Amino acid sequence: MTPQNLLRRWETLLVVLLAVVVVINVAQSPFYLRLDNIINLFQLSIEKIIVALVMTFVITSGEIDLSVSAVMGLAACIIAFLYSHGTNMAIAVVIALLAGVACGAFNGLWVAYGRLPALAVTLAGLIGYRGIARILLEDKSIGQFPDWFNALGQQPLVGPLPVALILFAILLICAIVILQRTPFGRYIYVIGNNREVARYSGIDVRRMKLIVFIASGTVAALAGILLAARLGAVRGNTAEGFELDIITMVLLGGVSIFGGSGTLVGVALSILLILNLRNGMSLADITGNTQTGVIGALLILSVLVPNLFGAFRDSRAKSRRAARAT
Amino acid sequence: MRRLVRPDQIRVFSLVVLLVAFVLFFSAQIPGYLSGRTFVRISTGVAIIAVVAVGQTLVVLTRNIDLSVGSVVGFTAWAVGMALASNKEMAAPLAVLLAIGIGVLSGVVNGLLVAYGRVPAIIVTLGTLAIYRTILVGVANAKTVTIDALPEWMKALPRANLLTMGDLEVRAMVALAVVIVALFQLGLVYLRFGRRLYAIGSNPDAARIAGLPAQRTVFLAYVLCDALAGLAGFMFLARFGTITVVAAQGMELQSVAAVVVGGVNMLGGSGSMVGTLIGATLVETIQQSLIRVPGLSEFWIDALLGLLILLAVASDAIILNRLRKAWLARPTPSGPDGRDDRDTGARVSDSALSASGAPAGGKSS
Repeated sequence: MTPQNLLRRWETLLVVLLAVVVVINVAQSPFYLRLDNIINLFQLSIEKIIVALVMTFVITSGEIDLSVSAVMGLAACIIAFLYSHGTNMAIAVVIALLAGVACGAFNGLWVAYGRLPALAVTLAGLIGYRGIARILLEDKSIGQFPDWFNALGQQPLVGPLPVALILFAILLICAIVILQRTPFGRYIYVIGNNREVARYSGIDVRRMKLIVFIASGTVAALAGILLAARLGAVRGNTAEGFELDIITMVLLGGVSIFGGSGTLVGVALSILLILNLRNGMSLADITGNTQTGVIGALLILSVLVPNLFGAFRDSRAKSRRAARAT
Repeated sequence: MRRLVRPDQIRVFSLVVLLVAFVLFFSAQIPGYLSGRTFVRISTGVAIIAVVAVGQTLVVLTRNIDLSVGSVVGFTAWAVGMALASNKEMAAPLAVLLAIGIGVLSGVVNGLLVAYGRVPAIIVTLGTLAIYRTILVGVANAKTVTIDALPEWMKALPRANLLTMGDLEVRAMVALAVVIVALFQLGLVYLRFGRRLYAIGSNPDAARIAGLPAQRTVFLAYVLCDALAGLAGFMFLARFGTITVVAAQGMELQSVAAVVVGGVNMLGGSGSMVGTLIGATLVETIQQSLIRVPGLSEFWIDALLGLLILLAVASDAIILNRLRKAWLARPTPSGPDGRDDRDTGARVSDSALSASGAPAGGKSS
């Protein structure tokens, strides 16, 4: 890759932004780069960033899954419901994961085989799966899970690293390998770019989409279980509204909402950027609400600025052509 | 040859049948359900969401989406409430104008970014959803609008009736919502602007190549959508009186649900305001009535609502698309309309929605 190309890449911009944010944060607090602070940084949104990985697959394939937060909530509610009714916790966890598979398959079947718009299907899922979670827990809050389960979310497993963080690292590596190094990953890009071309190239588009949605549901359920373990208690509205944060992480990473382009490295960088930005703003006493606004603005700018540059380049090229013609 | 029944009309008709079926079911389950009070309760709820959903329909018809409406409604309700509380002499029309003005301003921002900045609608409005709410929280500084601070006419407004028949009352705000739906329905059918919305949503590229002012039309759709959201904010303030910074949170999904259930295609290009109104009514009726069914927990509402949305979309794509195709396949003097082009895969710069492909088949299969 030529140096010029490297400069133009989205990931480069993210690295620069990230560096700026980290430098400012370090200037604010000398303890910023200590390991425990960095781990804490990840801990606070670990469930969201795990789901962001699989959301990258969904969006790259040209679809969207709004129902992930509801699936997270549903999985958490299922283990709480089953456990409070005397089921063994390990079995409850397995059932919650299976529920995630089922939700993903349900979405995927409608989108891939029913050819319904993913936005509508997963909006229905967002409301419906949350509804099932509410039916299970009503307005109760259920906690007091077994110690081993709480330890899963609240105590480090290896050295200072908690389970969720290790899981995230493993999933990140797997995701990068699958999306960027295997035929399966290439097919996802092809499908996202042009479904018809993919079909004529002999890719089973429908099966691929179904698999992606099942993966999305399963990982979301896993994240929901981790969230329950970290919080130690579950309510009907657990994880509500997470979908917007998750989608923002993916899109800010340079993944096109139309599908077919973007990289997991970009998403990983955008996750780092958002986490550091939020942490820095907290250090500067900026409220969580304002942080969300800033990240919203960043999301819009991340697409607007390249568009404006592109338009500027086009118009300059056009006027140059016009000048040459005369 | 002009046919009497179009597929879209079958759609609206089936929604009406569904609504009647639900009302019959509820009246069998809930003692004293069929009363004026039930009508008043549901209709006042529908009024606000219907006004928002009319705006949402304008935007969805162009194959875009506006997720920021909830924040616009909340912001307007709070800002107008504060203005009225600090200046009780403020004239009513001025308060309405202020509400619409705030909406227009938000719509200009959304519209500029989507139409002229060429940023995908879902990204823009996901961003402004957060930004408008952030501005509200920042400006509000934890102050809440309370009903006591509002002038007398504002307190009286939600109870004002246009006409009364026994205990059946048609509230003024409900009448306003119906008038808005009717006006915009007529506008969609008869105005050039309305037809352009359909043309752009059916096939953005074809519309652009045909010389339609696509950017201006989408921009205007956003301005109108958020102006209506502003008006809905005013109605929200009138109805609830007490406005906190989280007011109307989640209304964006409610409005999208009403639009989807009402049979507006998320891929743009088809749907009607009447459908949207019935969709909003259906959703509101279920939400308000389910609580009162004995033996059924209120916690079932969301699960049923999700299922309803899915059924609405599925029936639209699977049944009505067949009907539409059969209808279009017959030779007509003018040939098939632009809507069919969507199925040929000639999509270049579509929204995220369209990437999921055209519903049911396509010519090539």
